[in-house]
Amino acid sequence: MEWLNNIPRIPIGDAIDYAITLFSDNFSFLTKAFSDVVESGIAILIEGLMFFPPLVLILIFTALAWFLSRKRSVMLLTLIGLFLIWNMNLWDPMLSTLALVLVSTVIAMIIGLPLGIFAALNQRAYRVIMPILDVMQTMPAFVYLIPAIPLFGLGPVGAIFSTVIFSMPPAIRLTCLGIRQVPIELVEAADSFGSTRRQKLIKLQLPMATPTIMAGINQTIMLALSMVVIAAMIGAKGLGGEVWKAIQRLEPSRGFEAGIAIVIVAMILDRIMQRVGGKQTGATSQ
Amino acid sequence: METSPGRCGVAAYAVTSTTKERQTVDHKIVVQNLYKIFGNHPHKGVKLLKQGYTKDQILEKTGQGVGIADVSFHVDEGEILVIMGLSGSGKSTLVRCLNRLIEPTEGKILLEGADITSLNREELRQLRQKRFGMVFQHFALFPRRSVIRNVEYGLEVQKVPAAERSERAMIALEQVGLKGWEDSYPAQLSGGMQQRVGLARALALDPDIMLMDEAFSALDPLIRRDMQDELLKLQEKMHKTIIFISHDLDEALKLGDRIILMKDGRIVQEGTAEAILASPADEYVAKFVQDVDISKVVTADSIMKNPGEVASFAHDGPKAALWKMRQAGLSSIYVQHKNRLVGLVKAEDASSALKAGDRDLKNILVTDIHRVSPDTPAYELFPLLVESSPVAVVDNEDHLMGVIIKGTLLAALAEGVQTNGMAE
Repeated sequence: MEWLNNIPRIPIGDAIDYAITLFSDNFSFLTKAFSDVVESGIAILIEGLMFFPPLVLILIFTALAWFLSRKRSVMLLTLIGLFLIWNMNLWDPMLSTLALVLVSTVIAMIIGLPLGIFAALNQRAYRVIMPILDVMQTMPAFVYLIPAIPLFGLGPVGAIFSTVIFSMPPAIRLTCLGIRQVPIELVEAADSFGSTRRQKLIKLQLPMATPTIMAGINQTIMLALSMVVIAAMIGAKGLGGEVWKAIQRLEPSRGFEAGIAIVIVAMILDRIMQRVGGKQTGATSQ
Repeated sequence: METSPGRCGVAAYAVTSTTKERQTVDHKIVVQNLYKIFGNHPHKGVKLLKQGYTKDQILEKTGQGVGIADVSFHVDEGEILVIMGLSGSGKSTLVRCLNRLIEPTEGKILLEGADITSLNREELRQLRQKRFGMVFQHFALFPRRSVIRNVEYGLEVQKVPAAERSERAMIALEQVGLKGWEDSYPAQLSGGMQQRVGLARALALDPDIMLMDEAFSALDPLIRRDMQDELLKLQEKMHKTIIFISHDLDEALKLGDRIILMKDGRIVQEGTAEAILASPADEYVAKFVQDVDISKVVTADSIMKNPGEVASFAHDGPKAALWKMRQAGLSSIYVQHKNRLVGLVKAEDASSALKAGDRDLKNILVTDIHRVSPDTPAYELFPLLVESSPVAVVDNEDHLMGVIIKGTLLAALAEGVQTNGMAE
């Protein structure tokens, strides 16, 4: 059995290193462009949010929660929760966390929804994309932080890169599922009237899949929030940064306060998204 | 209307088709040796079928599922053809092959002589938009569209302007009796109403061919009968070519000008309702037929008796009427005027009129009598006969064709049950 020890090491790690180096060496203009766009996007978003006095913004968010969910409990949760965050002196970190989550989610949607549609309509694409999603979801979240640094450097852009990769799978998966779940008879009906594929998609499949797609977006937001917190390790600021600081200084008080603020943000986003998704299932046209 | 360009387009194919195909132009649709095999090697399945292997053998041998096997038939313009069979007999697959929702493996489908199976994707879309209207078993309404927007769907796909779209959709909704429901959502309607929407959605395009896949099977029996009546009534006005899939023989007999019976993907018998009932081709058909409620199949004209002597309103008085009744051994007599049935005179009224010295039948004529058309099914005659006997069978011109009394009806049914029983 001596020969077993003589099998050369299969260079998986080397291949990945090589790929990342190759990419950062040759496509740095791409990563740089991406960095610049995203970075200025985040900066504008945070500046914009900070332009308002916190108490005014709390009222705006509360009104928005009411408008989107039409539920008094969600409105109260928003009002009290945000007030508490402000009261704990975590307002500014909360805003930058929120900005990171929003930007990551938007990017994840821009990439994820078309991929989900593609996978739903094309069997071959489905067979390629699904296993990749499995890998993406089972890979420990921390691993994504490592290539972010050579590609985008420390800071919010690297955080967004790893967050997008980590949070995108449910958006793809549930978009695909929602479209595939449209009853075959309805698809046949659309076909029997001579719809083009595009008409079928826009008039039937996407509207029917909307509740499922909304559930996917909700999951993406939740995953993005958890990843943005982890990404504090590579220099993303925000509530995660507060937790990270608390770990380094061994300050449970500060850690838990930031933790509670994260829970509040998660709950508000989740409740609002659920209501938005839930409303879609009602008898509203289109 | 909108359909005319489409019709011309397809007619143009017919001109270029071969002579052999041109013979088939007489029929609206001709299906020639159609096969559908499900699986990865469909042509292998066709080959085995041609060698005489059965559906089960092919499934076992190659894993290929036989959908339809060597099916040939035709549909004439303006007729209702019912394709019937148990589940798994291939009838739904067959109807989907006609507009290629399912791609046939082999064979030809000629619409007015032009082969549908050779159309490319765009031509096929045009054909579906202009020529075919389809109605589905479970309605297949779009749940997130209102009733009117469901009906508009086909027009929307054709990019018909909004105003014309809703106008035509409203006309279609009116046709199926759903005016006033246009802003409701499918989930708010009963099953029968939902299928009316399904029907309207197909009618809104004014297609000349309607494909109805078990359209009424999901409805409860009373509603189903209503819908069948409604379809027949609509068909009287519209004269569409209708291919109706059903697993219910009663329905097939009621709707079908002709019936095709399928089993294991093949046609086992084709013909009119009477022909199939009278001589079932094999055990499978006979089994189907034995469950038929004979009172639905037997119609007034097949059991009526010759009316015999009839009194004339213009020439006969009470005396002549009484004499004719006595001659024929009747207790009442029908009265015709200018070859139209006007009423009935009873013997006792005639004799009292005679005593009173009346010279004509005007005062004793009973005009409130039951008249039925020749195609009235027997089960509808029972209540009429219980109320008053006899019942007059009249044609469209109100000319008396025959008479039905209680005795004749029961005798006819007893006879029918016997012959039907023998088929077993």
